[in-house]
Amino acid sequence: MKELLFPEWRGRDLDGVLGACLDLLEDTRFPTAKRWKEAGGKIVGHFQVYFPEEIVHAAGLLPFKVRGAPIHAAQADSRFGSYLCSIVKSSLELALSRRVELDLFVTHPICDAARNLAAIWGRNVRYPCQILYLPQNAGSPSAPEYLRGEYDRLRRVVEEVSGTRVEDGALRDSIGVFNENRRLLRALYTLKRESPWLVGAHEAYALLAVGGLIPREEHNALLAAVLPLLAERPARSQDRIRVVFEGGFCEQPPIDLIRSIGRSCYVVDDDFLVGMRWIVSDVPVGKDPLGELARAYLERSTYSPVQHDARKPKERMLLERLEGAGAGAAIVAAAKMCEPGLEEQVAYVHALDAARVPHFVTEFEENMTTFEQLEIQLETFVENLLFD
Amino acid sequence: MNHLPEQASTEIVGRANREGARLFRVWYDDLTRAAEEGRGAAYVFVMGSLGELLRAFDLPLVFPEINSLQTAVRKVAHEYLNEAEDFGYSPDICGYVKADIAAQRRDGRLPMGRIPRPKIAVLTNACNTYIKWAEIWERMYGVPVCVLDVPGSRSDGPLPGRGDRDFENDRTYVAAQLRELIAVLEGVTGTRFDVDRLREFLGHANRMNRGWNRVLELNRSRPSLFNALSDGTIYLGVSNGYRGAPEGAAYFDELVEEMEWKQANGIGTLVDERCRLVFVGVPCYPIFRRFTEFFTEHGGTFVNSTYLWFASGGSNLGFQYDLDDPIESLAEGLLLGVRDSMDSMFFPTNALARMVDEYDVDGVVFHPIKSCRTVSTGLADNRRALMERRDVPSLFIESDMMDRRVVSEAQLKNRIDAFFESIESRRQIASARHG
Ligand code: SF4
Ligand code: SF4
Repeated sequence: MKELLFPEWRGRDLDGVLGACLDLLEDTRFPTAKRWKEAGGKIVGHFQVYFPEEIVHAAGLLPFKVRGAPIHAAQADSRFGSYLCSIVKSSLELALSRRVELDLFVTHPICDAARNLAAIWGRNVRYPCQILYLPQNAGSPSAPEYLRGEYDRLRRVVEEVSGTRVEDGALRDSIGVFNENRRLLRALYTLKRESPWLVGAHEAYALLAVGGLIPREEHNALLAAVLPLLAERPARSQDRIRVVFEGGFCEQPPIDLIRSIGRSCYVVDDDFLVGMRWIVSDVPVGKDPLGELARAYLERSTYSPVQHDARKPKERMLLERLEGAGAGAAIVAAAKMCEPGLEEQVAYVHALDAARVPHFVTEFEENMTTFEQLEIQLETFVENLLFD
Repeated sequence: MNHLPEQASTEIVGRANREGARLFRVWYDDLTRAAEEGRGAAYVFVMGSLGELLRAFDLPLVFPEINSLQTAVRKVAHEYLNEAEDFGYSPDICGYVKADIAAQRRDGRLPMGRIPRPKIAVLTNACNTYIKWAEIWERMYGVPVCVLDVPGSRSDGPLPGRGDRDFENDRTYVAAQLRELIAVLEGVTGTRFDVDRLREFLGHANRMNRGWNRVLELNRSRPSLFNALSDGTIYLGVSNGYRGAPEGAAYFDELVEEMEWKQANGIGTLVDERCRLVFVGVPCYPIFRRFTEFFTEHGGTFVNSTYLWFASGGSNLGFQYDLDDPIESLAEGLLLGVRDSMDSMFFPTNALARMVDEYDVDGVVFHPIKSCRTVSTGLADNRRALMERRDVPSLFIESDMMDRRVVSEAQLKNRIDAFFESIESRRQIASARHG
């Protein structure tokens, strides 16, 4: 596809670029997916947390991050019972309301609701829907080989959807594109950490999240253009608490919530859409690209409540994240009804207590609209810290 | 109906329920003894317990799910839930997990006895909450947590089997993990693995699997021979607690005998069976007996359920281990059994439609529960899909298997009464049409 999918930011100043990203992110009509389809492209929707997008990219399809939306799940509601987090409902609503027309949908067993999504989705649409089994025995010496096989299976599924073969050469090229993307995102997070006054929490979030809506090449171009502009921004450091936000690995808090937090704190690290940053260093572009991708998933990766890996105890990882970011406090959030998030919250809180790290505990929902209560509580929390 | 020798009837009918209760007491007595002697146990789960293998290391088996549901049946679950919630666990997470956390904090004390502490936790990913749950023990006790990663079906449709390259990829992975687990078990218990003992326990499991499969099939009888909800739960308890044990194999042999005898003599579970139902989901344990009565009072009995399917640890398939190739065969059995359990929650439409036909079913009851997203997430949609395939009345009622705060007895009763009324009026319309 030659046409740009997201031309709106081009030729604009920094505020214009950031505004375009925020607009795109909040547009629940998903214009970039529509443009891609109109140009004859096919789309592979993938649910949170991590997905090896390189395999889809190498087939010339658009990997599209299905992350729900702040919409009313008018049709999807009747497909679910109560007691479920909101993202599974609103994600299905995207399909049922035809806001986004996919050609393949893939979910993962990150939790029991998400795994079920492939089955429910599949009963309601005509295109293939399936589960990608990412290893839950990550430390097993047999996990990389197994995952390579699973990726190979995915490659065959993608080939069927695209009608083209996905050669190793194309995979290597795609890995290169995504390595560049990971490098740029690391740079964005370095900026957040080192000079958080230069990029608002919600702005950084938007810059990250639009990557799930557009081709990676365009995302790379956007990040490459915006990073130097941010570095030159005429802004000065203020007296704010440096916090890590934990709990945004799957369902996303509304952007206004992130904005509110950013008003009283510097969010110096977080796990928003952590799948975008799951692999923490370059994937080697070696002889066996699928094998390299599989090994990277297991060996060069961050953590989340939905991956079991005894080598990465999550509370220790959180403490390391805090230390690495020089944060003095944590916001430990969980999406409402999110079982893994709520379970992990208890462990996090106990670990933070033991390490005497101040923390603010909260729940959120993607279609929350009022934040006053939360903002007041957060301000009290911050004031207590500042005047302690 | 045959004229029965009085004595044979009283001896055989209900024998499995009596024997199940006895085995259950023995099981908890054994666990209590192990706890008191400070012996550690293997903590396992119903979907893929690997009882066959763990017995070869003489590890007592603790099924936290069964302990937790017992607190609900015995009407003390709320005490345990409250304790865990005070500790920080949300009202929105699985009640089984919370009851267990409270039991651990009470040093294993439960109404049925005391459970030993874990020495190791062995689990599959059949339910993701298993993994989060085991991570809690990992933190509490520092014990090894072995997640047997068993990939399930990727989508609805034909199931790949032997020879299929993706199936072989899964099978190799599961077998490798089993070998890794055996090494961990040797380390934890200080016992050398003895393949002949494994063979022996696999042999017992084979008998149990055969029996369970046959029992499920026998309930196609009219009248049905047992109630999948009430009696079935007892059988499930034995199929899990005594998996791989000679007592378990003998129990299922006798159960088959009882059911065949009842079938031959035309004895049903209800005196007047008017409605044959299928249950989809997990029972409502806080009012377990009453819940069943809501249906039996109308002459309704559950002839089968997805519960008997996913909570039997794969026994329902009747899979037979190849004793000449025990580890590879155990891997295959585990893969097929766990996959099948998961299919009962994610892709059950075809199987439910088949159940409706084979068991001559008059109604299907879907019971999603707050605690368990694993079984409940897809139920509303499964119901819709099944109704497109079969013209059978269905009921959708929400409650919980642990938390009585969300169980509204009166409301359940009303809905169930109305369901039977609708079945009745359908019947009248149908008979008027044919009359
Ligand atoms: S928000 Fe939590 S419960 Fe919901 S799909 Fe994501 S991980 Fe699962
Ligand atoms: S979520 Fe459901 S299947 Fe999982 S442990 Fe709880 S009750 Fe069992």
